[in-house]
Amino acid sequence: MSLEIKNLHARIAGNGTEILRGLTLTIEKGKVHAIMGPNGSGKSTLSKVLGGHPDYEITDGDVLLDGASILGMEPDERSRAGLFLAFQYPMEIPGVSNANFIRAALQARMPEGEELEATDYYAQLYEKMDMLEMDRKFTARSVNEGFSGGEKKRNEILQMLMLKPKYAILDETDSGLDIDALRVVSKGVNSQRGAERGFLVITHYQRLLDYIVPDEVSVLVGGRIAMSGSKALALELEAKGYDWIKEDAAEPACA
Amino acid sequence: MNAVVEASERGAQIPECPTVMTESPDFASRPAYFRGRQQAAWERFQSLPMPARTDEAWRFADVKALDLSPYRAAGAVSDAQQAVLLARSRGLGETAGRMVFANDRLLSHEVLADDMRAKGVIWLPLEQALVEQRDLIERHFMSGDSLLGSAKFAALHEAHVKAGSFLHVPRGVEVALPIEVFHWLSGDGAAVFPHTLIVADECSKVTVVDSFAGASDGPGFACGVNDIVVGNGASVTYVAIQRWSEKTLAFHLNNTSVARDATALALRLNLGGARVRDEAASHLRGQGGRSDMLSVSAAAGAQIFDQRTLQIHEQPDTASDLLYKNALNDRARTIFTGLIRVEPVAHKTDAYQKVRNLILSNEAEANSAPGLEIEADDVRCTHGATSGTLEEDEMFYLQSRGIPRWEAQQLITFGFLSEVFDRLPCASLRDHLTDLLHEKLG
Ligand SMILES: Nc1ncnc2c1ncn2[C@@H]1O[C@H](COP(=O)(O)OP(=O)(O)OP(=O)(O)O)[C@@H](O)[C@H]1O
Ligand SMILES: [Mg+2]
Repeated sequence: MSLEIKNLHARIAGNGTEILRGLTLTIEKGKVHAIMGPNGSGKSTLSKVLGGHPDYEITDGDVLLDGASILGMEPDERSRAGLFLAFQYPMEIPGVSNANFIRAALQARMPEGEELEATDYYAQLYEKMDMLEMDRKFTARSVNEGFSGGEKKRNEILQMLMLKPKYAILDETDSGLDIDALRVVSKGVNSQRGAERGFLVITHYQRLLDYIVPDEVSVLVGGRIAMSGSKALALELEAKGYDWIKEDAAEPACA
Repeated sequence: MNAVVEASERGAQIPECPTVMTESPDFASRPAYFRGRQQAAWERFQSLPMPARTDEAWRFADVKALDLSPYRAAGAVSDAQQAVLLARSRGLGETAGRMVFANDRLLSHEVLADDMRAKGVIWLPLEQALVEQRDLIERHFMSGDSLLGSAKFAALHEAHVKAGSFLHVPRGVEVALPIEVFHWLSGDGAAVFPHTLIVADECSKVTVVDSFAGASDGPGFACGVNDIVVGNGASVTYVAIQRWSEKTLAFHLNNTSVARDATALALRLNLGGARVRDEAASHLRGQGGRSDMLSVSAAAGAQIFDQRTLQIHEQPDTASDLLYKNALNDRARTIFTGLIRVEPVAHKTDAYQKVRNLILSNEAEANSAPGLEIEADDVRCTHGATSGTLEEDEMFYLQSRGIPRWEAQQLITFGFLSEVFDRLPCASLRDHLTDLLHEKLG
């Protein structure tokens, strides 16, 4: 069982600029796969393309979730099929309370005609919030509105804990977190690690990988995977930067 | 053969069907002092021209839609229906009092909270107030001019009015719970003229919630006036919940007068009606006075909400803050024209005016024309109107959590509109409005 990304080509809809250029990557259930890569290399684009964002057009390749292609699916269907994105920049939704938002997401997973049980729901929500050391006031506040950077990231992980996806893609969840928050968020993620779940963790900092220890590390450069290795690769990148890989990955002009 | 003759004879005899435009109201049943004024209003109604497309106050509006000929003064509703409507006249949990009208007839008048009885609060059906409270009526009843274009319809209201609520809160009295008034409109082609008059004396405090609703889906006509007089240091919260049938032509006309250090907060929730003209004028008449003018409209189908406002600062050191939010679906239209007027003496005015439209359909149309007329120095005024569609990134965020697109749209729309409710001080009121908005948005 895995989330398989095969030779994925994607460009900005209506503009033609290709951002993902033949990206191949497998996220296995039970594993944590880390992705690093320079700014602008296409990491967030990859996560949005996987989620089905309308800004991007797939021109080639496929994405299989446990063997079935998700490319024809709407973003909400992909989510219900078990995919989760923790956003690098979570959106603010004015006037919609966090609790109602997460409830609507869970309700959307219930069979037609069945109602989510409110007391169970809140019990679960509070339990996860406690784990993430989030104040209860965040249930009544509008989704992400006025949240600090770190609070937004915690809120992403809260949603992940509530929705229990099969595959979670965490886009720079560590950026903007203080040391304590990093520990707390990592605890949340680690609590979800297990045979029934796979993770793709996008980060710039090898420090995160001390907390969430990856099974594999890949480097994304120019819209494709330039190199893969063990956790040691992250340490090497930290020491050497990306230039040596960029040179390796350089391609002939007018490819 | 016979039948044909009969029919043609009857045809010849039938007088022109009486309508709210042609049939003189029943003045005889009103107190003598009031009768003269109603007669004068009737004449004024008849002599004033119908609005024309070229009138500045009717800019953007479809004046052809103002034909009143299909409507007749509403008849009484049956006993059975009265019982049904009484049972449906529940909005807030606890209230200080509840008054219910159907087709301009009083169905019930319940004083529920002790602070309404003990402290000399006068809260009466208008018909009774006309008789018993002549002084207050003469002083305050429709004492403000109709400044926003509907003088003709204000005159029509004044001529026909018989139902509504009159509230006088004496000096220093605070009524803790909201007072609730229901106006039902029932029967095809029926017309009602609901009136609300709130007079809050010095340092008093009160909240009134008017609920206007159609008892059935049929066409109807409502021409209401809600006037609010806030005395020195007093505070009035007024909420109008408009849920007429979606075939109703409605007018809601307001004048609010805010005295020294007084505050008025009004919120208009527009959910029903086919065409609704909603005029609100706040007069800031004493230093330290403040008026908050709020509106939430969820327009769908072919609904047209036409709102005109005036914030008029007549004294220095006064504040007004207007926030109108519209969500438009299908072929709906909204119109807003608003004016902040700062008189030469009104230095240190703080006046804000903001209109925000969320356009959910290509066929929907919002016209907004905010305006300023400033004749004083040292004032702080901002005004603006924005129109936007749904943010794709917000939609994607909600969808990425498994929420279907239609529901994501509903949530965002709901959030956009319901934010305005946060400006209300009373939680039960916020919850009630939230429920009604949910119902409308699906
Ligand atoms: N919708 C879009 N419109 C225009 N340009 C886009 C769009 N989406 C992505 N890009 C461009 O594609 C490139 C890849 O962007 P992406 O956000 O995927 O980078 P990233 O690897 O996540 O970078 P970072 O480490 O800074 O987060 C960038 O040059 C970006 O400007
Ligand atoms: Mg990124």
